[in-house]
Amino acid sequence: MLLELKDLTLLYGRIQALHGISLTVGEGEIVALIGANGAGKSTTMRAISGLRAVAQGSILFDGEDITKLRADLRVVRGVSQSPEGRGVFPGMSVRENLEMGAYTRRNRAEIDEDLDRVFTLFPRLKEREKQAGGTMSGGEQQMLAVGRALMSRPKLLLLDEPSMGLAPMLIQQIFDIIVEINQQGTTVLLVEQNAQQALSRAHRAYVLETGRIVKEGTGQELLHDPAVKDAYLGVA
Amino acid sequence: MNFQFLGDHFVSLTVTGLTQGAIYALVALGYTLVYGVLRLINFAHSEVFMIGTFVTTIIWAGLGFSVGDAAPGTLGVIGLIVIAMIAAGAASGATALVVERVAYRPLRKRNAPSLIFLISAIGASVALSEAVGALTDRQPRGMPTLVVPKVQFSFLGADVTNLQLGIFFSALAMMIGLDIFINRTRLGRGVRAVAQNPDVAALMGVNKDRIIMLIFILGGAMAGAAAVLYDIKVGLTTYSVGFLLGIKAFTAAVLGGIGNLRGALLGGLLLGVVENYGAGVFGNQWMDVVAFMMLVVVLLFRPTGLLGESLGRARA
Repeated sequence: MLLELKDLTLLYGRIQALHGISLTVGEGEIVALIGANGAGKSTTMRAISGLRAVAQGSILFDGEDITKLRADLRVVRGVSQSPEGRGVFPGMSVRENLEMGAYTRRNRAEIDEDLDRVFTLFPRLKEREKQAGGTMSGGEQQMLAVGRALMSRPKLLLLDEPSMGLAPMLIQQIFDIIVEINQQGTTVLLVEQNAQQALSRAHRAYVLETGRIVKEGTGQELLHDPAVKDAYLGVA
Repeated sequence: MNFQFLGDHFVSLTVTGLTQGAIYALVALGYTLVYGVLRLINFAHSEVFMIGTFVTTIIWAGLGFSVGDAAPGTLGVIGLIVIAMIAAGAASGATALVVERVAYRPLRKRNAPSLIFLISAIGASVALSEAVGALTDRQPRGMPTLVVPKVQFSFLGADVTNLQLGIFFSALAMMIGLDIFINRTRLGRGVRAVAQNPDVAALMGVNKDRIIMLIFILGGAMAGAAAVLYDIKVGLTTYSVGFLLGIKAFTAAVLGGIGNLRGALLGGLLLGVVENYGAGVFGNQWMDVVAFMMLVVVLLFRPTGLLGESLGRARA
């Protein structure tokens, strides 16, 4: 297993946000976390990337316990997150944002190689290389956030709502790119409100409800599960 | 009111103001760097400057140049200044770092509200200044006149001295250096990333604590360099020297747009110049009144300062 969460509990002040989450992500997989607003999807992502301290339970990454490791050191181990709301640095150019993604790396030749890779995946970013991140459209900022997360050459890519606020055509496109990134060898854990897309692209998925995992299975299984259909897919 | 005087001496007041303003600007950088990254007004920064003024005289005395001693030749003077800049920069940088470690970091780790930081900052400021006051018996400390002002050229009827040129251009060079560091280097990008969004910066692998240490050291070093220039210009320092200068530098930072490096430069120079014009019109005793009146007026019309905030631009 590349990532394993064991019985993870997390508190926001006195409110318990996660009630014992256990899940695994195997090397090479795309795993999706779906659920309603406030179910704890983004909180789980923040726990994995280290932005939120967990109360109980453990996080194993690549065979090592990273539960107490600082967020910036998790990046060095190979965890990279495109955060909820994109988190583009508004006062930096597209190029500088991407360079920030490679902050922990020193090998200039490899960084340039990865810049080329990101520009190939997202030609739009190449066109906008000099533009300030804060002045780009939502879709462009989303591409930038995903591209930036790739710049650390992660083993595990965490994507928090990659389709949020995007036009339907762009949603297709961003999921195509996620599959492509995965096929190039990066493991992906993604959180999505767009359950239809997420389940049809993911190898496996978990359903979260009020801080608990209530269902798991392959993407196809959940896509055809009546309860999931009812609650998340918006079809009768 | 004496507008005749202002008219007659306009260029010369401008030159004096730019020299004074360059020192304000160097000190203002420390306020602006810390505010840009932490949203904290480091009121102890004035004492970081004060420490620099003392370390400078101590280093010079240690090298055999105390009050009343004759200055060495030109090369010797340059050597003394460079050594003092390194020593005062290091001492002020270290002082700033200690303030951060003792007065701010423990509060940050406990998520203290910003009012608590302010009290802690004022406390650190008073503690430092009083400690130096106690150690020096509250006596001012003099130093040798290393640079005797000599007119280099006249510009539109105003004499420009070697001292003024030296202060202005060495301050400018340091500010340009800092600007390049922040805008062009990897670590500088890290500083801007933490200023714009600390959580996302951590997701990029930026060690926030290390960046915070870096900005305190950088701001402190700039204040140390400013302290050397101040000593050369004024020839005297005392434990309370940081108070008014610190407030002026803080004013300069706010005037230009706190959190904005180039704003600190603009604010410092503008403050220096305007307060000199004010002194020209109303007399010297009105200098500080004019300086702070200008601050109020500018903030009435542009609450974010002249250039706005840039380090942490549009932070959520």
